[in-house]
Amino acid sequence: MGVVSFGAPPPSSVGRRVGAAMSVAANTGTSAAHRASAFFFRHPVLKLLLFLLPGVLWLGVVYLGSLGSMVSYSFWRLEEFTGLVVRDFGFTTYEELFSRANIDIILRTTAMAAAVTVGCGILAFPLAYYMSRYASARMKTVLYLAVLMPLWSSYLVRALAWRQILAGEGVLLWVLDKLGLDPLVARLLDVPVIGGPSLVQSYIGMFTVFVYLWLPFMVLPIQAALERVPLSFLEASADLGAKPWLTFRRVVFPLALPGLVAGSIFTFSLTLGDFIIPTFFGTSGFFIGLQVYVQQGTAGNLPLAAAFTVVPMAIMTVYLLVARKLGAFEAL
Amino acid sequence: MSAGMQRAGLGLKLVTGAVVAFLYVPLAIIFLYAFTTQSAGFRFPPPGLTTEWFGIAFRNPEIWEALRLSLAVAGVATLVALALGSLLAAAVARTRFFGREAISFIVILPIALPGIVTGLALRSSFSLLGVPFSMWTLAIAHATFCVVIVYNNVLARLRRSSPSIVEASADLGASGLQTFRYVILPNLATALLAGAILAFALSFDEIIVTTFTAGQQRTLPIWIFNSLFRPRQRPVTNVVAMLVIAMTFIPIMIAQILTRDPATSRSRPPR
Repeated sequence: MGVVSFGAPPPSSVGRRVGAAMSVAANTGTSAAHRASAFFFRHPVLKLLLFLLPGVLWLGVVYLGSLGSMVSYSFWRLEEFTGLVVRDFGFTTYEELFSRANIDIILRTTAMAAAVTVGCGILAFPLAYYMSRYASARMKTVLYLAVLMPLWSSYLVRALAWRQILAGEGVLLWVLDKLGLDPLVARLLDVPVIGGPSLVQSYIGMFTVFVYLWLPFMVLPIQAALERVPLSFLEASADLGAKPWLTFRRVVFPLALPGLVAGSIFTFSLTLGDFIIPTFFGTSGFFIGLQVYVQQGTAGNLPLAAAFTVVPMAIMTVYLLVARKLGAFEAL
Repeated sequence: MSAGMQRAGLGLKLVTGAVVAFLYVPLAIIFLYAFTTQSAGFRFPPPGLTTEWFGIAFRNPEIWEALRLSLAVAGVATLVALALGSLLAAAVARTRFFGREAISFIVILPIALPGIVTGLALRSSFSLLGVPFSMWTLAIAHATFCVVIVYNNVLARLRRSSPSIVEASADLGASGLQTFRYVILPNLATALLAGAILAFALSFDEIIVTTFTAGQQRTLPIWIFNSLFRPRQRPVTNVVAMLVIAMTFIPIMIAQILTRDPATSRSRPPR
């Protein structure tokens, strides 16, 4: 229990009190212990409070308090000449947020998040479908772990791998060269918006890395949704004369949609808030996460950084409301 | 249903295999480049293979310092998450009260919102309160998003076990402490262990919230992030990356086995 006393002060006193109560009960023998348990049995509300207090204080004070302080920063502004934060309530920072250049950043990030979500959906669906419909029990466990492991393992390390794969002399170009496909890459990099001087410095490269990183988040909810589609539905559809493709389009896909939307919450939100990938991949165009990182760091403009984080929060709130309409929460 | 539909088509099998390969080939690349003789680039195939980078990494005090900090932060964050997460789970699982749904929501919020939001929120409140950045600010930040992991694991276990075992224990004369020691704890042990392992792994390789809540401190992920800007001795980064993969993969595998739900791992129903 003493551990709780590390860090924030509020939960610690409660933690120590619980710890003290426990050790007293243990030291003075069973009668005291019994008296204590009887006391808590008669006062269930007190017991409940004791259980809830440390966690609620931590998350309520430390976390929600922090979110509140961040939002208040977004209504303060940076004095340009002194570089100090002026703590006057106002909308100056928000006027700066909605400047032409910053709107571009927001649109660019949202477009990338949407593209990544679609990319993940296209790659995830066949794998999820195979897992839920055809894989043997053993194979299913293997595939489940194969999808789950990258989800838990270091995201930075996996991004680092792509830096090495997409490098100029790297493995991807070597393989494509052996297959005689390198002119295709050159042509792809020449395409205006998505191209660039190299695979690393282009939105194609960035898109690939994002899809790779968030793919497991898309596979698992789709698989869970497909798992719940009864086989009899497919049989009924076939009995009524539907060809497999029609069955897929009219029966399987609509039932898998909540899972797809649930997965898209992750792929969309994670792309919106990322700053590591735009640091190493893509062109000079900024992304929301990178802008937050630069504004709070080298630029020293905490108010603008705070205002920028309000954007993904607002987008995700709208996204979640729509997702709930589509039944995605039941699929989580 | 026609017999042909019960077996996957070749196309679907190939796509499935390709997607799984897509997930794992990059990790193999990390391993390969830890052995390349080229110190500044990523030429493929590597011009030669060597194990010298392991020795160089091993003798680098920066890496040991970063590893020590990462372990300390993850350790403290895990302990806090264990205490807070299991208490909250116990309260939510066994009692109905006003605001019960709000608990589940607030627990998941730090991980549901993008990392920059959680990171910047904590950073702004630390700077507002004048708290200097240290290992403790990192531990507070990590604990905040690790609570949900323990909470979910313990809650799932409590929902699967019957509340009557606690009543039975009390009827047989056990005190609350004895019931906890001999009934509740053995029942929860593997869920707690799995939750702790996952929370530890999550904290150990977290980078986004970490960047915002660290001052001069460098955890292992921050060390890797910084080393990406250095053109020399690239393979040393890969050696450290291999270490990070090993430190997360093996424990997570164990956590998965510990929490395998007998209901989901059963074989498919007969068709």
